[in-house]
Amino acid sequence: MKLIKQSILPDGTGSVTLYPEEPEDMWHAYNLIAPTDLLKASAVRRVTTESATGSTNSKRIRTTLLIQVTSIDFDSFAGQLHVSGRVAAENEWVSVGAYHTLDLELERQFTLEKPSGWDSVALDVVKESLRELSEGTIPAVVMQAGLANICLITEHQTVLKQTVEVPIPGKRGGESAVHDKALEKFYKTTLETLQRHVDISQPGRMLLLASPGFIASGFQKFIFEEAKRTGNKALLANKGNISVVHSSSGHLHSLNQVLKSKEVLVKLKDTKYAKETKAMDEFFDRLRADDGRAWYGPSEVEKAVAQGAVGRGGGVLLILNSMFRSQDVDTRKRWVTLVDKVRGEDGGLVLVLSSDHESGKRLEVLGGIAAILTYPIEDLDEDVPESTGGEGGESII
Amino acid sequence: MSRHKLVKNLDLDEELDDYDGDEYGYDEAGEGGGLEELSEEDQENMREGTIKVREALPTGTALDSITDKEIQEALWHYYYDVGKSVTYLLNTYSKAAKKAEPKKKKGRSSYLIASGVMFSQAGEGALGSLADLEDLAREDDDSMVQHCSKSFNFAEFFKDTPWFNVPIERQAVLIPPLYPRGGLLGGSSDGAPKMSKLQALAAARRKKAQEQKSESISEVDKPMASLSLGPSTGKAHDTSLDREHSQSAVEQKPVSRGFPLRKRKNSNPHEKAPKAPPIEVEPTQEREEMDLDQAQNDQASPSAFASTMFGSATTSHRKPENIFTMPYTATIVATSPTDAFAGPSPDDVVLAAQSKASKKGGKDSSKTPKTNGEKKADQIASGVEAMKLDDTPRAKSKNLDVLAEYEKAKTKNAANFVVIGHVDAGKSTLMGRLLYDLNVVDERTVERYRKDSEKLGKSSFALAWVLDQGTEERARGVTIDIAMNKFETEKTAFTILDAPGHRDFIPNMIAGASQADFAVLVIDASTGSFESGLKGQTKEHALLVRSMGVQRIIIAVNKLDTVSWSKDRFDEISQQVSAFLIQAGFQQKNISFVPCSGLQGDNIARKSTEPAGLWYTGRTLVEELDNSEPITRALTKPLRLTIDNIFRGGIQNPLSISGRIEAGSLQTGDALLAQPAKEKCFIKGLEVDQEPADWAVAGQNVTVHLSDIDPIHLRVGDVLCSPSAPINSIKHFTAKVLAFEFLMPMQIDVHRGRMHVAGRIKEIVAVLDKSTGAIQKKKPKIVKPGTVARVVVELDHAVPLEAPSRVVLRSNGDTVAAGLLE
Repeated sequence: MKLIKQSILPDGTGSVTLYPEEPEDMWHAYNLIAPTDLLKASAVRRVTTESATGSTNSKRIRTTLLIQVTSIDFDSFAGQLHVSGRVAAENEWVSVGAYHTLDLELERQFTLEKPSGWDSVALDVVKESLRELSEGTIPAVVMQAGLANICLITEHQTVLKQTVEVPIPGKRGGESAVHDKALEKFYKTTLETLQRHVDISQPGRMLLLASPGFIASGFQKFIFEEAKRTGNKALLANKGNISVVHSSSGHLHSLNQVLKSKEVLVKLKDTKYAKETKAMDEFFDRLRADDGRAWYGPSEVEKAVAQGAVGRGGGVLLILNSMFRSQDVDTRKRWVTLVDKVRGEDGGLVLVLSSDHESGKRLEVLGGIAAILTYPIEDLDEDVPESTGGEGGESII
Repeated sequence: MSRHKLVKNLDLDEELDDYDGDEYGYDEAGEGGGLEELSEEDQENMREGTIKVREALPTGTALDSITDKEIQEALWHYYYDVGKSVTYLLNTYSKAAKKAEPKKKKGRSSYLIASGVMFSQAGEGALGSLADLEDLAREDDDSMVQHCSKSFNFAEFFKDTPWFNVPIERQAVLIPPLYPRGGLLGGSSDGAPKMSKLQALAAARRKKAQEQKSESISEVDKPMASLSLGPSTGKAHDTSLDREHSQSAVEQKPVSRGFPLRKRKNSNPHEKAPKAPPIEVEPTQEREEMDLDQAQNDQASPSAFASTMFGSATTSHRKPENIFTMPYTATIVATSPTDAFAGPSPDDVVLAAQSKASKKGGKDSSKTPKTNGEKKADQIASGVEAMKLDDTPRAKSKNLDVLAEYEKAKTKNAANFVVIGHVDAGKSTLMGRLLYDLNVVDERTVERYRKDSEKLGKSSFALAWVLDQGTEERARGVTIDIAMNKFETEKTAFTILDAPGHRDFIPNMIAGASQADFAVLVIDASTGSFESGLKGQTKEHALLVRSMGVQRIIIAVNKLDTVSWSKDRFDEISQQVSAFLIQAGFQQKNISFVPCSGLQGDNIARKSTEPAGLWYTGRTLVEELDNSEPITRALTKPLRLTIDNIFRGGIQNPLSISGRIEAGSLQTGDALLAQPAKEKCFIKGLEVDQEPADWAVAGQNVTVHLSDIDPIHLRVGDVLCSPSAPINSIKHFTAKVLAFEFLMPMQIDVHRGRMHVAGRIKEIVAVLDKSTGAIQKKKPKIVKPGTVARVVVELDHAVPLEAPSRVVLRSNGDTVAAGLLE
């Protein structure tokens, strides 16, 4: 993303003009634009004109519209952002109050104004989005016998591109040929699907193959054999970049094992993502140790922050960016305040995790927010209103 | 339906039987004939006609020899049309003198057939063409006769001519008629219609069938095979015609078999059966019957072309019959449907034979309730059995009372056991040895494995290859998937489920353990291996089988030969393992230890012969297995069958599944519901332990051949259940679980047997007391290993699960918890 113009006043009001360049920028825009914001962008609108005689004539025109955002829809698969809202400024074609859905496009700038003011989180997103990305995406295939998930790992997102499922009959006495044939068909289908999404023969292109057991290495062998058979020299030259990683299953959430692998960490070493993963792992370790320094859940974390426990010297606040995406302005304010307190007064570290990334998904199940405290606090959850329903059960085992 | 199906459905035995009968009948049909069976009216007509013809015929040398009989025949032919008869007779007998008649007849006839078989005759059109053909042939004949010298020999002429593929120069040129030819078969000159052998057989059979019904009709067929056209009595004709009308009215068969004219044409008994014309088979009521009839039926059904051209064959076949009123043709039409329905349908015959063959065949269908509440549907289904539009006829349910059958069958106790343990503990080798020693696998096979494995430099894996059949498994020397093998002792029929030990394949091991009644834990006794195993999969596997409900466990302390049968080592291992197992929840009495060596075979099927190992006097592994108590099964519960494997069971069974029936029972013909696809399917066939069966009950490992379902709806891990009591697909559930690792809201894989699905722990409701189940702490942040908790699990997509299923929760390749659905 390129910053074209920025005019933010000290009180936080003002506007920013941005120029998205790559699909990832749409993701940033998605995190940036919130309901009630004013968005100005180029739009295509069908306009119907009525002549004096009553005959109507409709045509599509390209115009620039200013809308007040009511809802945002992000299609992560296609990398498209649809922002709908009501027109806030009249022009030749459209009157105020008319509804319009803007499809933000790459290579077309948009201007965003926040009447409620630019808070620290929003500014961070802008800052984050302006960072030049050194490397593109890493395609990965997470597989197990009969199942392959093809996804793209970027710094902020892991996008599932396609799932391949091929039935593989299990082993039955003396019929290993059937199984082998089905496995080969599975490899073939997976490779064809993969090539439809990613050009794996592009020089320097990394490819991660992950699976339990020998499926991934079998697939790697298959790729090379196919390349040899079809005389794909470019792919053969790229041999070194195709690596096999261990994962415990072919389900998508096994990706976090892939992301922890050496190959990925080398590639994404100094990225935000690597820091996030490290922090999440540390959090889980602390939670396991049960030393009272790891807490999760909105109310617990808020209490901990209120006590100043997430501060200098190891305090980390992990928060999911989807928490800021709330339709309700007050909710957003609540989290922004929390972030500001930790970052400002207490001097702790705040990590805003991407909900489209594996570490973010892990945080999501924990309620979207977690914290590592500087000192242990026991029983933060004591006065949490407990739901009734404590029927006694019998022993399971 | 393809012709292949038709052929396939033929019952060969029956066909052969029929053939024998026909030969006999044919001989009979060969005798007799004549005019004596004409009705009075006919006789009167005939008498008058004969006189008139005599008058009309000019007196000449050749024609004087015409007998009354020949005249009568001609009259019969032309339905008492004097003019035509005279022409015919003139034409014939003026030349007759010059020819060697029988030769000519035969020659021409075969010629005709040879060139005419490609036409399938239907209705008038076909009739026309046939008649034309005949006409042409006659002209041909005539011209040939003129061209050739008198010594022309037809037999010689056609000597090199095959029945089929007649050289083009010898084929008749077919010119379409300029006007509708009418129904008459323009006087086949010598009136000796020839009949194919097959037709003769068919006719004879028909006759035989008729004989059984009425003596009066039986005579009708007699003249048929004789060389001269014998009209039969009008009475017989009438009866049969009536019958035919009433029958066809009732049946309304879409495909006509009654095309009477063809019969007359090809009734040369020496003729080979012409290739059956392609039959346009609509999905008719009795496909099977048709197949059988095909052989016995002399009339071919109209070809696609013919039926298109001349409309419904049913209507067309009536007309010529009225014109000719040829009694035997009428009877033919009448008899074939009569035959078809007189006896049991071939289907019924087969089924009856099958049920007779299997002693179990239950005949008490009337009083036994259907197991799956599909009674009504089945009744309707059997009612319209014949009307199936489907290619493959649905297997008919025999409405067995499966449970009663099961009681009756008194099969041996069946037990499944899973073989578990750390990777390379020697599980597969131990089981390979067991099968080898019990002669389940023969010497030669093992010898071959030994040779092959030596080639790969893994000679010690030879016995493991008995179970590790996969290419990859052999190449890598690691079991990947569960191997199922069977063996029997005097008391029990065992199924071995050889589980993979490698941690990556624990999902497969879970699938195996979910089918097991008890477990054999194999422990590598060699130095260092035991210790590492206990930390590794030995522990995880033991916990898993326990949490999946396995109560009894036999510990095979393997590879004792590597520690020279040290009793100390055995005791040390026994002590540690039993302490651990008791902690895991096994009862002391359900734990037993056997020291053994898989590679050598000591204490497996035979007592140890090692002098160092003589201290052990207890049971061998096989004896220990035999000591297991029979397990009660949920026979009366609604059917639950988790699909373990989906494969193509052969050409006849394009979709087969295998698995173990967890609860309930099933039988051939039952309707099943596949969940979560919500697709209904039917059991086409059933195999229990690789043997075809009619029914199966809980606890048995079955292969089910399914029909009426697309394979796309089935996945490994899906559940087949009875439609009346289906299992529901759910997206979240509450479970009481025992934590093996720290539990917190986290992403997990949920395993239940073969099925596994991604999900997450959404909420930890409470930590429970391990023994009383009382709530200790509500909404804990985290659950410590070894404690029992109630958790809410949300799944990525709905799967068939119901309480009280046992589920295993895994995360990042570790088993984090196992428990029971609530």
